[in-house]
Amino acid sequence: MKDNPVLRVVTKITLPLIFLFALYVQFHGDFGPGGGFQAGVIFAAGFILYGLVFGTEALRAAVPAAVLRLGIALGLMLYAGVGVVTLGLGGEYLAYGTLAHTAAHGQHLGIFLVELGVGVTVAAVMVAVFLAFAGRADP
Amino acid sequence: MSAAGLYNYWIVILLMMAGFYVVISSGNLVKKIVGLNLFQASVFILYISMGKVAGGSAPILREGVTQFSNPLPHVLILTAIVVGVATTALGLALVVRIREAYGTAEEDEIHQQDESL
Amino acid sequence: MLIEAINIVLLGMLAVTALAAIRLHDLFAVVMLFGIYSLLAAVVFVVLDAVDVAFTEAAVGVGISTVLMLATIGLAGRHEKRPAHRPLLPLLVVVVTGAALVYGTLDMPHFGDPNAPVHQHVVPRYLQRSADEIGIPNVVTNILASYRGYDTLGELTVIFTAGVGVLALLGLRRRRRERPGPGQSPP
Repeated sequence: MKDNPVLRVVTKITLPLIFLFALYVQFHGDFGPGGGFQAGVIFAAGFILYGLVFGTEALRAAVPAAVLRLGIALGLMLYAGVGVVTLGLGGEYLAYGTLAHTAAHGQHLGIFLVELGVGVTVAAVMVAVFLAFAGRADP
Repeated sequence: MSAAGLYNYWIVILLMMAGFYVVISSGNLVKKIVGLNLFQASVFILYISMGKVAGGSAPILREGVTQFSNPLPHVLILTAIVVGVATTALGLALVVRIREAYGTAEEDEIHQQDESL
Repeated sequence: MLIEAINIVLLGMLAVTALAAIRLHDLFAVVMLFGIYSLLAAVVFVVLDAVDVAFTEAAVGVGISTVLMLATIGLAGRHEKRPAHRPLLPLLVVVVTGAALVYGTLDMPHFGDPNAPVHQHVVPRYLQRSADEIGIPNVVTNILASYRGYDTLGELTVIFTAGVGVLALLGLRRRRRERPGPGQSPP
């Protein structure tokens, strides 16, 4: 598909919009529909579109394997780490009330961090899975 | 109006059985996984159907709305969808490795090769 | 009433798609039908007020799942072998199981019933108190990340494990192919 100019141009125009939308879904998920799972898969769908149109080598160059491996682990560690921090601050595991001065602020911060962790791991896993399958098909 | 009230569940059962039939009747491993996914999606629809409240709105709190659909099934299914695609990817990866090892993705041919060893 | 009508039509289309997927033996067509099935399911979720779920299903079912299945077909062959004998036993099993399940639905609460048991237990508390306790309007996010945070941590661990499993099976790096494997078509 690399030689099709229409696909290349349309992809280049839509990709920033897809990523912007994913960020919106990630960070506006408290107020409207959205959250880490949705944002993660939308992010990954953007990368997969890039890989389909420009080839897996281009995607590999854009997202190195080390970054993906790191992302897969980092998101889960962020989630679990928030729980450990709340334990350290004298609360229960994953009870975010202790994270800030007031319970409501703590909940906001905790949910923000947890959703971020979910988004990072989901996006990294999906892109890594796509690359693993596509890498098998490469000649 | 019992038929109209149960219509959703019956369609879900039809979809479920369609997926189940594909899993047990087809010999092709890729098609089996498609069948599992059909089954899985029917379960999602079952949960979301049970969470619907007549006259309710999407569970996002705002002024002037008092009746909401049940948000708990939404949470369960939201995570289940993403977990589902991750496990599907694992199954498909196994199919790819089986195909590389046996040269086929048909169950009976794989079985024959194992028998002839 | 309009919602119910749309719901009935969409579910009918889902049923047709699923039955068509059974009959086809070209796996490419089966996977495309699965994409359509997922898209229809996403629309059903919007109609049933589950906007968060519809989001996810649209991105996952139509985008990522379909791409992964197409990649697998590219690696494992496009055509399914036709079965040698008529699948009477599977048909019997499916019909009996389906009949048992239909019998089980007969005393279930009707669709949209606000007095159904699922709506009585913890959910009213979530809906009433989450505005004070957490202060975020999206109740789905509240339950997902806060009230049921352990649950979500477990789900994320499953995703992590599945991703690691795929990487262990297929590898992330581009494969150096010394010899073509059995049955693989040359590039």
